[in-house]
Amino acid sequence: MGQITLKQITKSFGDVQVIPPLDLQIEDGEFVVFVGPSGCGKSTLLRLIAGLEDTSSGEISIDGRDATEVPPAKRGLAMVFQSYALYPHMSVRKNIAFPLRMAGLDKAEQDKKVESAASVLNLTDYLERRPGQLSGGQRQRVAIGRAIVREPAAFLFDEPLSNLDAALRVNMRLEISELHQTLETTMIYVTHDQVEAMTMADKIVVLQAGIIEQVGSPLELYHTPRNRFVAGFIGSPKMNFMMGAFSSEYDATTIGVRPEHISVSPTDGKWKGKVGVSEHLGSDTFLYVDVEGIEDPVTVRSSGEVSFRHGDMIHLTPDPEKIHRFDNQGLRIA
Amino acid sequence: MATQHSRSAARFMMAPAVILLLGWMLIPLTMTLIFSFKKYLPLRGGDLGWVGFDNYVRFVSSSAFWPSVQTTLIIVGGVLLITIIFGVLLSILLDQPMWGQGIVRILVIAPFFVMPTVSALVWKNMFMDPVNGLFAHLWKAFGAQPIEWLSDLSLFSIILIVSWQWLPFATLILLTAIQSLDSEQLEAAEMDGAPPLSRFAFIILPHLSRAITIVVLIQTIFLLAIFAEIFVTTSGAFGTRTLTYLIYQRVLESQNVGLGSAGGVYAIILANIVAIFLMRIVGKNLDT
Repeated sequence: MGQITLKQITKSFGDVQVIPPLDLQIEDGEFVVFVGPSGCGKSTLLRLIAGLEDTSSGEISIDGRDATEVPPAKRGLAMVFQSYALYPHMSVRKNIAFPLRMAGLDKAEQDKKVESAASVLNLTDYLERRPGQLSGGQRQRVAIGRAIVREPAAFLFDEPLSNLDAALRVNMRLEISELHQTLETTMIYVTHDQVEAMTMADKIVVLQAGIIEQVGSPLELYHTPRNRFVAGFIGSPKMNFMMGAFSSEYDATTIGVRPEHISVSPTDGKWKGKVGVSEHLGSDTFLYVDVEGIEDPVTVRSSGEVSFRHGDMIHLTPDPEKIHRFDNQGLRIA
Repeated sequence: MATQHSRSAARFMMAPAVILLLGWMLIPLTMTLIFSFKKYLPLRGGDLGWVGFDNYVRFVSSSAFWPSVQTTLIIVGGVLLITIIFGVLLSILLDQPMWGQGIVRILVIAPFFVMPTVSALVWKNMFMDPVNGLFAHLWKAFGAQPIEWLSDLSLFSIILIVSWQWLPFATLILLTAIQSLDSEQLEAAEMDGAPPLSRFAFIILPHLSRAITIVVLIQTIFLLAIFAEIFVTTSGAFGTRTLTYLIYQRVLESQNVGLGSAGGVYAIILANIVAIFLMRIVGKNLDT
């Protein structure tokens, strides 16, 4: 079980309110990702759920029981920290066994659980090593192992992949997703990387300045962003925004078009622009096109290889079905 | 070529400092060694010629030798125990956020700046004096008989005075060590269900072990040589004669330079044994 409900949660540090009243419902077995720019309060929110920070007001309940005043150890949650927070003077085995030892389990049972966690995480050969002798990915796995043995109601991850290199990050991303499929336990994952959010989440919570901008499945957020912020934050490369004459045509203050929904033609199209930098990724080409009347270059994603050169004049046409319209409040017009 | 040149130039530049240091160390050491093999009584005939290992045998066989070694070890051990236990506790206390932290930290370090002679005299006259001392007044206030600290509890009194001087040093080093502890480790331990005492025992104390060994090493080297505190308080009476003090008495009070020098050589050997022993522990601790 791992159902978590936040009711009118707030958090202030001194006079600064980092989290205004906030409600959130997390279902059992869900993989929830908190995503947002740095300083948006996502880590604070996670620490409130963990109990490492006290709420200023509001109520947290876990599995229907009020947990607002319950100390972190008693909430039945396990956390994986950004720095992994392994105990450097203990071997991997002792690190993983630490929560069990604190819970007062006998030695044989500790060993059994450590061995099984180690085999799940491919750590069996490293049990006698110290954390200092392990690579970043292995340390990460030890931290996850220490969380698994407690058999928690939910796992909390605080930007666990941000210290790894790009290739390893993709691997660990898959491993964590795989782990979620195996354990079927609730996981709450904090990241500032929208790619991690899109690829891993069942449910994404987009935060800005402590306010939940939108909650939904990755594709919901991609297809129907509730406002301009979510539209710009989800999706890579970023959505293009246009105002003025471009948007009044569609009865909106701002319109947004994703780079993959613009087609390019050398001869005719809706908008005309000059090709700036083009990035060739092999499978795709990202073109940055300067269109008169738009401040930022328009990003266009064309599949395959495109042979436009710097300075070429080209024509762009948005897919009319895929244009997002926003009003003067930045909210989506349905 | 260039590196060869610059290397020899570097050696040339370093030479004066190295020679000065060597001279500073080697001349007194050599003279101590030379005197230790001589019968040298400045007021009773001066240099009376070589006597071989006579001085060494006499120094060890003197009835004052073993008690003085024992006293030295008790003082060093006692001071280490007090400074480390209270140093750890104080550093944890000072690590807590509180009002006026900066001033409190400076005040804690203050005793270290007081000269040993001064602090020992202050303790002797203002605290431990059986008639006018603060402790005497305190005892009398409760109707108790004041303790004659420096004669009845002489060894303990000296340990107390020296500990007071060295506590800031231990606290300072342990405080910086505590501040370098990753707070996420403590939070992880908290989430893992470790109550405060377990967090102290399993996370904080192991983290401090390296700093503690360094404190032990440095303090031992300095504590083996304490002298001023004994000189101004008990003058070596009431069982407070350490090895250092015994050497002083042999040379200046008995005017026997040869015998004192032999004692000095023993002290050098003792200090080196301790140093090698401690270096090994530190080396082992620094490895991990």
